[in-house]
Amino acid sequence: MSLAIQTEIKVKAVTPAEGLEEKVSVRHLNFHYGEYRALADINVNLYQNKVTAFIGPSGCGKSTLLRILNRIYDLYPNQRADGEVLLDGENVLSPKQDLNLLRAKVGMVFQKPTPFPMTIYDNIAFGVRLYEQLSKADLDARVEDSLRRGALWDEVKDKLDASGLSLSGGQQQRLCIARTVAIRPEVILLDEPCSALDPISTAKIEELIDVLKRDYTIAIVTHNMQQAARTSDYTAFMYLGELVEFDNTTQIFTNPRMERTQDYITGRFG
Amino acid sequence: MALPQVTGRYAGRRRSNIIATALSIGAAGFGLTWLLLILTVLVVKGVGGLNLAVFTDTTPPPGSTGGLLNAIVGSLILTILAVLFGTPLGVLAGTYMAEYGRYAKLTVVVRFINDILLSAPSIVVGLFVYEIMVAQMGHFSAWAGAVALAMIVIPVVVRTTEDMLLLVPNTLREASSALGLPRWLVIRHVAYRAARAGIITGILLAVARITGETAPLLFTALNNQFFSWNFNAPMASLPVVIFQFALSPYEDWQQLAWTGALLITVTVLGLSILARSLASKKVPL
Repeated sequence: MSLAIQTEIKVKAVTPAEGLEEKVSVRHLNFHYGEYRALADINVNLYQNKVTAFIGPSGCGKSTLLRILNRIYDLYPNQRADGEVLLDGENVLSPKQDLNLLRAKVGMVFQKPTPFPMTIYDNIAFGVRLYEQLSKADLDARVEDSLRRGALWDEVKDKLDASGLSLSGGQQQRLCIARTVAIRPEVILLDEPCSALDPISTAKIEELIDVLKRDYTIAIVTHNMQQAARTSDYTAFMYLGELVEFDNTTQIFTNPRMERTQDYITGRFG
Repeated sequence: MALPQVTGRYAGRRRSNIIATALSIGAAGFGLTWLLLILTVLVVKGVGGLNLAVFTDTTPPPGSTGGLLNAIVGSLILTILAVLFGTPLGVLAGTYMAEYGRYAKLTVVVRFINDILLSAPSIVVGLFVYEIMVAQMGHFSAWAGAVALAMIVIPVVVRTTEDMLLLVPNTLREASSALGLPRWLVIRHVAYRAARAGIITGILLAVARITGETAPLLFTALNNQFFSWNFNAPMASLPVVIFQFALSPYEDWQQLAWTGALLITVTVLGLSILARSLASKKVPL
């Protein structure tokens, strides 16, 4: 079998959803940390207004993949990506891409909550002020709206002037989601957003994801198989820097095509 | 069940533990004793000369009464100028090293040179500024003194700024970059904010350091018997006045030297306490 045919089959294997709009499509993506190849020929799509989960054992490259989509890896030397990541058809890996505009469009929430050392209000308003000139009233409204979307408003509405660091871990993470939502991105990347949280906070964030997908395209990296099954519409299983299988979530969890996927989701390794 | 007996190797370890603890306490006590003795002598000898005239009169000729006004004001001026020159340079250099040039070769070189500068004898700094400023201008001046002190401020501030910014977790930088913030805004609004207490502590420590410096001033600002606002002329400072008066045979000058030494020590002590309390504070808003 020639290489070209192989590739075609792979690409076909990752387009199970005909008729859905591809918000982000990753094509033949490779990624290197120095000499080490962390991702090999990844092909995957994020569909408009759908949640796509990335699962796989530690070190399989799922976080790395997420960090390419908003090019946050660019902060560090000796890391490079080749291939294509198309956001609405435009390759964001192009050197001409303005990183700040890209990141305003593709928001990201990290594993550990990272509130800024400022008030709760400013944590939200900070990013907004950068892109929009809003009146005080409009900004207040935006902050309230974002905190409501982050399911945090009721808990903090009386202490917007308190430090963002004074919140609990779960609240801090919802603050970070609200902060990301506040600048009105189109895609939201969640990198193990619940791994540092207790079950109640986790449940809140999962509910939140369900609401957020009405307006955004979401990608979530998780170690928690149940979480992937609960929250996502599509699931990608990755192993050793390769994408093993990508399909709708029900298919992956009930009838995976690949044996390795089957082994992983049934807990036989990982 | 009986407790196990203290025997053999365990007993030996316990003995060495007690000896090591005793030696450490002894060493700490030895150091503290001298510090206490110095402070006691300073207070006993210095307080006697402490009166209003110290702060209102200028340094007297031998045999008449006077104070330290010109030296105190001179020290303040020199310190403020040195901090004004040195802090922006030091903070910017530290920022380059921790933020923009974290992985650059230049940073490694600058850090190495800065560490040398940090421990360079201050008299070398004095001679250097003498050579490039005093010798060129043809006279001693407050400007030259301030530049010499600034050269002592810079390495301290560079070091603390870099260290404090390196302590700011990368996750915070990633989080703010992920909002689409350009690098300089990330630094200004997030990294500086998180490192602020530490950077200010560094500046205060640098001030404490130059408050007592004599050698760099001997070759640059020299001294002035009179009150002077002229930055282009020699200017008095507490350390140099202390140096001159303490070596003099006149008792009233010696008394003023003790009093000046007490003032400097109290200032440095105050600055250090302030720096410590700032450094131990949680990240402020």
